[in-house]
Amino acid sequence: MAATTLTARVNGADRPLPADARRTLLDWLREDLGLTGTKKGCDHGQCGACTVIVDGRRINSCLSLAHLHEGDTIETIESIGTADALAPLQKAFVAHDGFQCGYCTPGQICSAKAMMQEFAEGWASAVSEDVAARPEFSTDELRERMSGNLCRCGAYSNIIAAIEEVMATQAQPGRAGA
Amino acid sequence: MKPFVLDHADSPDAALAALDAGATAIAGGTNLVDLMKLELATPEKLVSIRRTGLDEISADGDGLMIGALVSNADCAAHRRVREGWPLLAKAILAGASPQLRNRATTGGNLCQRTRCGYFYDSTQACNKREPGSGCAAREGFNRIHAVLGTSDQCIATYPGDMAVAMLALDAVVMTEGPYGPRRIPLAMFHRMPGDEPSRDNVLEAGELITAVRLPAPTGGVQVYRKVRDRASYAFALVSVAVDLAMEEGRIARCALAFGSLGTVPWRDRAVENVLIGEKPTPALFAQAAEVLLKDAQGFGENDFKIPLAARALAATLHEATQTGKA
Repeated sequence: MAATTLTARVNGADRPLPADARRTLLDWLREDLGLTGTKKGCDHGQCGACTVIVDGRRINSCLSLAHLHEGDTIETIESIGTADALAPLQKAFVAHDGFQCGYCTPGQICSAKAMMQEFAEGWASAVSEDVAARPEFSTDELRERMSGNLCRCGAYSNIIAAIEEVMATQAQPGRAGA
Repeated sequence: MKPFVLDHADSPDAALAALDAGATAIAGGTNLVDLMKLELATPEKLVSIRRTGLDEISADGDGLMIGALVSNADCAAHRRVREGWPLLAKAILAGASPQLRNRATTGGNLCQRTRCGYFYDSTQACNKREPGSGCAAREGFNRIHAVLGTSDQCIATYPGDMAVAMLALDAVVMTEGPYGPRRIPLAMFHRMPGDEPSRDNVLEAGELITAVRLPAPTGGVQVYRKVRDRASYAFALVSVAVDLAMEEGRIARCALAFGSLGTVPWRDRAVENVLIGEKPTPALFAQAAEVLLKDAQGFGENDFKIPLAARALAATLHEATQTGKA
């Protein structure tokens, strides 16, 4: 088969999809595009280290094939902030020590960013009192909504504190978000 | 992963033509891609059905038609689902992780394979993976396995949550295939292993799920209780879905379904008949559990599921009947 000209939009630029249909979205981002911020943890959808945002929604990039994303808009950790210009979530993770080794952190941050959008849209969770109502913010809600991201170092309490701070800031009008 | 050819269908007809030519359908891929990595699934041809337009939720009379490609997350977030069929939203939200629910689809979730460890380990005997090879789970690590609906050949559970709620809600699976459309009641969709454990459901070769239809909302009290090893992001050890209505202190109507207890999402009308017309009491709940579990068989590590199911049933019924009194 001739080299494909199909593309996906990654961090604002159209990138040609890989020749091999077996390439997972994760391996394409890391191995072909050099976007190694996204991490490979379990490679089986059990840890969340590979979380990226596709068309505004967080997914496990290890469980998808790159070729299933033709025309999709993909955001990785590289688009969220830089060392010189950290995004609010990144600043908060630093301020609260929301990591030890840092391997799960890109996935945590991508997941948290998309989670905040889900919450803003009024999605309920398994711990919401009334699934039909707009959920009230609580630490339990945050824990449940971030359960798809494991932290081998067990920095959970600080991860939650970091995200809580950003969400509280965002709730105030006129303040910049993630 | 074994090499394969991937095509993209832009309509249900194109998908059906590809299936007819021997392709395997891929939607979210959250289960299939994993199985392909492990080479437990080795399709030579894949057809992506993501852009077949089957991703809408629409009213269908008093009921609801949920397209096969609607993601679990979108289904659980949909206003009509949350208001009319909260049991379904609750069950979906109890399953997997937000990332997986964003990608997993309604049709794909119904077709997900078991999480039996021997199914995933190609060095072990598994009749579901390799018919005739035996079942290593019967005498092995079988803590997560079924106690109802098992056979000499297989004791694996259907692991999901969504289908358990759909079963209690009398959902119907809508399909298209070489022999025309079918409406398969969810209660008849999944297959008990019997002597053919490799077939998880009644879909025929070339048949495609197009939607799941829910009948009109019952207005009942709906509770989904999931018991698992950790509070989130874990498969059920036992789950209970109930939709019931109280009248004058008695259970007037009751639908019950159980997950991870049997080889298929489990519903037993005899259990519901024990409860209907009666006042909710611990003794009644125990009687219902006795009927549910009269043929239950443990295999060692999973023996605990039998008393656990009885307690989970009692707790779920207690919650639902207390709420229903108001």
